Amino acid sequence: MNEGLIIAIIIGISIASVPLIFAAIGELLVERSGVLNLGVEGMMIVGALAGFVIEFHTGSSFLAVLAALLAGMAIASIFAFLTQILLTNQVATGLALTLFGLGIAAFIGRGYSEENIQLISAIHIPLLSDFPIVGPLLFSYNPLVYLAFFMVFLVWWFLFKTKQGLTLRAIGDNHDAAHAIGHNVIRYRVLAILFGGAMAGIGGAFLSLVQVPIWGEDMTAGRGWIAIGLVVFSSWQPFKVILGALIFGGITILQLHAQGFDVRISAQYLSMLPYLATIVILVSLRMRDKNKTNRTMPNCLGRIFHSTS
Amino acid sequence: MKYQLEIQNITKSYGDLKANDDISLSIKPASIHALLGENGAGKSTLVKVIYGSLQADSGQMQWCGEGYSPKSPFEAREQGIAMVFQHFSLFESLTVAENIILGLDDIGLDTDFTEQIIKYSKQYGLDINPQQVVGDLSVGARQRVEIIRCLMQNPKLLIMDEPTSVLTPQEVTDLFITLRKLAEDGCAILYISHKLEEVRQLCSEATILRGGQLVQNCNPQDHNKQELAEMMIGKKLVQLARSNITTGQDIFSINNLSRKSEDMFGVDLHDISLTIKQGSIVGIAGVAGNGQDELMELLIGEVEAPADSLIFKGEDVGRLNPHQRRQLSMFFIPEERLGHGAVPDMGLHENMLLSRPQKSEMTNYGVINWQNVEKLTQQVIDDFKVQTQSSKMLAKSLSGGNLQKFMVGRELIQNPELLIVSQPTWGVDAGSENNIHQSLIALADQGSAILIISQDLDEILTLCEQVHVLSEGSLSAAVDMEDNGLEKISNLMVGSEKQ
Amino acid sequence: MIRLIPRTQPSKAMIFLSPLLALTLTAVTAFFIFAFILTDIEVSSVFYTLFVEPLIDTYYISELLVKAAPLIMIALGLSIGFRAGVWNIGAEGQYVIGGITGGAVGLYFYNVEGFWLIPLMSLAAILGGMFYAGIAAFLKTKYQVNEILVTLMLTYVAVLFLSAMLQGPMRNPSGFNFPESRPFHDSALLPIIWQGTRLNIGLIIAVILSFVTWFGIKRHLSGLQIKITGSAPRAAKFAGFDDKKTIWFALLISGGVAGLAGLFEVIGPAGQITPGLPQFYGFTAIIVAFLSRLHPIAIIFSSLLIALTYIGGENVQIYFNLPSSITNIFQGMLLFYFLACDVLIQYKIVFFKTIRQKL
Repeated sequence: MNEGLIIAIIIGISIASVPLIFAAIGELLVERSGVLNLGVEGMMIVGALAGFVIEFHTGSSFLAVLAALLAGMAIASIFAFLTQILLTNQVATGLALTLFGLGIAAFIGRGYSEENIQLISAIHIPLLSDFPIVGPLLFSYNPLVYLAFFMVFLVWWFLFKTKQGLTLRAIGDNHDAAHAIGHNVIRYRVLAILFGGAMAGIGGAFLSLVQVPIWGEDMTAGRGWIAIGLVVFSSWQPFKVILGALIFGGITILQLHAQGFDVRISAQYLSMLPYLATIVILVSLRMRDKNKTNRTMPNCLGRIFHSTS
Repeated sequence: MKYQLEIQNITKSYGDLKANDDISLSIKPASIHALLGENGAGKSTLVKVIYGSLQADSGQMQWCGEGYSPKSPFEAREQGIAMVFQHFSLFESLTVAENIILGLDDIGLDTDFTEQIIKYSKQYGLDINPQQVVGDLSVGARQRVEIIRCLMQNPKLLIMDEPTSVLTPQEVTDLFITLRKLAEDGCAILYISHKLEEVRQLCSEATILRGGQLVQNCNPQDHNKQELAEMMIGKKLVQLARSNITTGQDIFSINNLSRKSEDMFGVDLHDISLTIKQGSIVGIAGVAGNGQDELMELLIGEVEAPADSLIFKGEDVGRLNPHQRRQLSMFFIPEERLGHGAVPDMGLHENMLLSRPQKSEMTNYGVINWQNVEKLTQQVIDDFKVQTQSSKMLAKSLSGGNLQKFMVGRELIQNPELLIVSQPTWGVDAGSENNIHQSLIALADQGSAILIISQDLDEILTLCEQVHVLSEGSLSAAVDMEDNGLEKISNLMVGSEKQ
Repeated sequence: MIRLIPRTQPSKAMIFLSPLLALTLTAVTAFFIFAFILTDIEVSSVFYTLFVEPLIDTYYISELLVKAAPLIMIALGLSIGFRAGVWNIGAEGQYVIGGITGGAVGLYFYNVEGFWLIPLMSLAAILGGMFYAGIAAFLKTKYQVNEILVTLMLTYVAVLFLSAMLQGPMRNPSGFNFPESRPFHDSALLPIIWQGTRLNIGLIIAVILSFVTWFGIKRHLSGLQIKITGSAPRAAKFAGFDDKKTIWFALLISGGVAGLAGLFEVIGPAGQITPGLPQFYGFTAIIVAFLSRLHPIAIIFSSLLIALTYIGGENVQIYFNLPSSITNIFQGMLLFYFLACDVLIQYKIVFFKTIRQKL
């Protein structure tokens, strides 16, 4: 393999991992606050559609991404209202959100399946981007890629370097105690859920605005679920999300290249790899620290908070 | 005289229930004021109103002579009111320092105040390491964290909710020293408890509540313990004592039982041995978190025990599950009522089936005979005076005392040859406590053996003729009660703290 | 702001009213959404096609029953799992695998006839579904891996596997290279119970299974075991129930039934194995299970309701050229409203003034 191909593969891996990074970092914050939102897939697909539609009509990438963000938040707000105000079961509500998201996106998107858009282009910084190897590897992505990595940093900074972040972690650890000393558990959680929706929305839009210039109602193909797996993989540590996402990006790209190289396996079996890898990684994670309870998992994850006072 | 806090005619209702009905009391500056009452008397509600977590339906409060009506704990803290909670207010996965920051409103993360924490901890003799994770701390240490968190707000009023219920006698003594010093420094303390001896030692004033109403404001030192108890409970209690202890043969023994805990915060058990005779009541004293839960799991059979470590009537029962052990006439009452001994969202009749030895004829080849189940449930309700509308009421809708009576009754109705019970009267009102103690004594008088694991030393001393102490996962030999028994027990309990 | 105050006893009235309330709210909301999006079509006629037409035409009624059968079966299995707190979200995958393994037995005995054929195929389908769900049970009991993710990932794998099979070993040798299996002979097809329609014996089996499940939950200790494990796991241990066995039981049952439903699709309405086998039944059954509050008899009725949205959705697709995803919108919305309305059983809603609290 030559240098160019290796660079292309590395770039491909990064691009493939970005939607997962967005979706997973959002879900990570949500879970840190003690909420399990299984609607990531639904929020992603809605974001993918919103981004595509706005890009198609306005041609403005900025507006498209903004629309994806808002769409993700809008649909996440349903989840927030149901689980935080009406105290519904989080698992059931999350599943309903996914089904509803897939349905509404397919419905609204019915007129767009034949259309094409202009993909968001990569940045070009004079000199830096032209530098051999380093240029294409570090300075020639599209802005959303940098945003994804920045968001991971931002979430880490928020969680571990701000008092609000400390409060959010405390709420995920013990919501009754947080309430007792006067913190507004529900407000924190609602905001976290909205942030999760925004991130999933952008993650979805990355698929329709950067990876392929078309809209398809099954374009998320389980990435929302893989993102939830990634949060478990990361042990709720933001930077480990990047590691996990790169592994999945790598498997996805290798599978594509393997198909290109005419490997004598049916394409279907290769396509199974990312899903099987998710399972394998979850298992190996548990095999590694089998004998201790997971300390990083937020204690209140998925538990309903109802203040009696 | 100007009061630190005056409360006038506070009323607060939850639906039909009046948790506080027209309550008034006044707290003098720098005094230690007791708020006495049983579970459900309305102490917690009143305190939450003072601390701003709840708003009263009617009534007023004055703070230093000025009108005071906090909308949230933040406002209460701004005024100089701090509170140490009975449970629910520390975060196990966070460090001591982080826990303290969360309770302080004006301090950001960047301020380095470990030194301040250490300063306060030295000043009041509260030993603590700011960098430790709270989950690793003993119960006593956790309380010290809570107290320091409060002290760092320089409070004018410190509210303490049942602070000694989880402490060793030595820790209680230390706590009292700290509290007296605090009062001398000008901080008033509202001390909530149902332990009368403590209140008489520590407090110069007391307000007694019962059923949401004010019974009396008095000086606790003017009354003896019996009088205070009757004011608090509203009736006289039966004096308990075992009349004739006749013990038979050894029926159950624990032999060199050890267990490595899988849980990070768990306690390892080391080489525990114990023998129980028919007709005797054996007690295991000790502070919570010293291996009680781990031991109880093994005794019930929720976790398998090593071969030959548990012998019941000459049979190795270590590998049997709880249901199989019940067939041999071993029965259990766990500490936790909701979620362990009973399923909160199921009716009493369904909960009856948690403990279903074959002879009870509640099931036949797995098919449930609901008629028999109903009959037996009703019998438990009648015999053990469980107050409930019907046998189908959800377990969670019963008061702690009534559910505990149901759980005790459910096991006793099977006439156990061995009953193992953890914290039989934890969070139970005095009337029910009295009933439960009577039932246990009656069972032992019939010739059954009972093993009681309890943090409540009074309970152990009242009921048991053989006492062991569990500390750091090790069990002491039986304590000879004739010769300074109480002091020995205290020392054995404290032993854990020294390591 | 609103606040929920727990009721001292669950409201009996709301147990019956909340589903009706949820249905009404769903219909009203859907009406406004469609009115907003479908500017060029009369919404009332869409509604008529969706909800009324399928109920007045015998053909549509039979089709509705055809759709209801697999939903009943899968939802029954899932409801057992959900009661135990075991979240099998991948029934769709187990359904596909059951269709493949059961169908494979049928294809193997392609030239053979016999009364034993369908029972044998059913056994293979049940075992296939059980095996597939068993993977999740194994990983959960042995390594505490979350079953939601495992069953879901395996669903994607199952669909890809189906596609690989149909392009490979299972492809009809005389089928012009279409990715479809041979059509099954009559003796491998389920008997029709309503002549002239596609309604087969599967519906009867589904209803029988509902009553069997109902008995098990009501009168058998295993039903109680499942309920206790889901509601209070520590209490289940205290009662002497093995939580690992419960997990295995819940997943094997739901996987087996889903597998059987997959086969019944293959040897029922489809008559052969096609790429169209996965029809989202496995996911829709989750909704059915919740709508019926996990009650086995109620599952029959909610399956009929959800089947109606399927048929209606297909008709709308044909008459108005709207995507069939309209069905998913209805189902998702219905579940939202239902979950929300069910809160009223346990809580009263009161309105109060916002209290200032610092963030």
